[in-house]
Amino acid sequence: MTPVESYIYLQWVGNGEVEEDMLEQVKDHLEQTFSLPVRIRQVTARPQGALDPARGQYSSTKILRWVLQDVPWDAGKILSLTDCDLFIPVLTFVFGEAQLGGRGALVSTARLRADLNGLPIPPRICRERLLKECTHELGHTFGLIHCSSSYCAMSRSNTVLDVDGKSGRFCRGCLGSLKRLQAKE
Amino acid sequence: MGKDKARILVVDDEEIVRESLSEWLREDGYAVEMAPDGMTALERIKAEPWAVLLVDLKMPGVDGLQVLEEARKLRPDAQVVIMTAYATVDTAVRAMKTGAYDYLVKPFEPEELSLMMRKLIAQKELERENVLLKKALKQQYKFQDLVSKNAKMQALFELAKVAAQSSSTILILGESGTGKELLARAIHAESPRRAGPFVALSCAALTETLIESELFGHEKGAFTGANSRKKGKFEMAHGGTLFLDEIGDISPKLQLDLLRALEEQRFYRVGGTEPVHVDGRIIAATNRDLKKAVEEGGFREDLYYRLHVIPITLLPLREREGDIPLLAEHFLERLRAEMGKPLEGISAEAMDLLVTQTWPGNVRELRNVLERATVVAKGPIIEADDLGFLRSESDKTNEDASAASSSLKEMERRHILGVLRRHDWNISHSAQTLGIDRVTLYNKIKKYHLKEEEGAPS
Repeated sequence: MTPVESYIYLQWVGNGEVEEDMLEQVKDHLEQTFSLPVRIRQVTARPQGALDPARGQYSSTKILRWVLQDVPWDAGKILSLTDCDLFIPVLTFVFGEAQLGGRGALVSTARLRADLNGLPIPPRICRERLLKECTHELGHTFGLIHCSSSYCAMSRSNTVLDVDGKSGRFCRGCLGSLKRLQAKE
Repeated sequence: MGKDKARILVVDDEEIVRESLSEWLREDGYAVEMAPDGMTALERIKAEPWAVLLVDLKMPGVDGLQVLEEARKLRPDAQVVIMTAYATVDTAVRAMKTGAYDYLVKPFEPEELSLMMRKLIAQKELERENVLLKKALKQQYKFQDLVSKNAKMQALFELAKVAAQSSSTILILGESGTGKELLARAIHAESPRRAGPFVALSCAALTETLIESELFGHEKGAFTGANSRKKGKFEMAHGGTLFLDEIGDISPKLQLDLLRALEEQRFYRVGGTEPVHVDGRIIAATNRDLKKAVEEGGFREDLYYRLHVIPITLLPLREREGDIPLLAEHFLERLRAEMGKPLEGISAEAMDLLVTQTWPGNVRELRNVLERATVVAKGPIIEADDLGFLRSESDKTNEDASAASSSLKEMERRHILGVLRRHDWNISHSAQTLGIDRVTLYNKIKKYHLKEEEGAPS
């Protein structure tokens, strides 16, 4: 990263109030994982036109586009968190979306709060899932693609079971790739 | 993800669908491109190879089913998945019948798409490995530029390889177009003389005087127009190989001169008095029956035996069971490079057409036919239509040859023989193609006295 774009920005763009300590915990985790400074940004505006009334879900692509319209000048990456249930048109839902090798990433807590049957889960597990998905989506912005090691944070998660099965850290291969990609940026 | 970047084309008229699906797939490490409509998709499909095409069903203009239909022709090896938000049984059936790999109703579960892509790509990977294995196998079928998996041809290659190591004269026999010069070149390339020259002379093309001069060279003033001393092919082949094609066509005088040159390892240039010594390996070839020519007095017996040290007889193409597909792929590979045309293969229908021909012009004719097809082919695959001229000629020949004289039985005999050849005499496959059971086929083979070695079509 160049000195003028040295921060990872973290912001809440959800409909509800952000949970206490959530952003701080994500910040700490990302700083450790990516070895880069993370700044929490307060934004009051909320994305418009992303809700699909027929589906009752929010277009992750539209939210991401909205986020990217207003990026701090010193932001190398910007990760937005939301409580909206996200989708892309061909899929029933997504946990998040990121620009591969780009700047923006988005993660939703909506599907992370429940088990496969829709029943609520302990907040600690929910928070762990969030950290994993934040690492995952931000990893994509550095150019990392999905990893075949199921314990690696970059393995693809299609269900919450997949999320629970992986760690919030990168495998050795992905960590090496991350270092190389970070050096290139 | 430890795999090659498989190429995927996402075809959808909605920008957000294209963008989001492409991004989702790119995260898996695939190389994803997009097309906003059917026409653009077809251009992209025609221009480049694709592993998977994800195509929306409903699009203005050229719709998903039309893209699917064309893609099956243009890129039969690309897997097509049709996506739709409006599922009807009718369209699903049509898509699957047209050859779609699957039919997805939007929105689908991420897991479903992930699994499908993994399965599709694994399948492509297997296909790729299969191609590599076939390529490796093909290497085993090769002797320099000659290709065959026919057991007799393989034995012949082995003999040629051994013969190449010696300096003995080799006589290559075989019909026109069977690859006599190619074999001579292969022997030269395998021989210890490979660093020396390979000099070829077609004896049939020249007059007696000209051949003599061409072969032995001439001194200045040896005849009108001989303004300077000229080296003959014999001299030029010093340290290498002299290939004398159509040796059966040379005059009695030249036969004698050649015999002397071979026996004494020296000769005189035309008009010369000093003997010239050369060290060249002779490979002679003819499509004539030299033994018969000897018996009839048209060819010197002593020269025949001087040449007939290591005789190698090349099989006509019609007797080389199973070789046509192999040769066709081999020539296509060559033509692709020579003509710079990105051809990917030959359709099953076109290959069937090639396999059922009798090829009187042998391998050379097959190559010429493929060269013509390469020129006229519009897509990346050579289709039966590109060989249309072949079909009509063959039909015409068949009609001419058989219509007037052949009985129904004779037609049946020929047809069965053709099918058996096409399937390398695999009885089950042949019976299936003929629409009869194996016992009936065995009875027909017995009835018509058909034999696997039976090469020449009647």
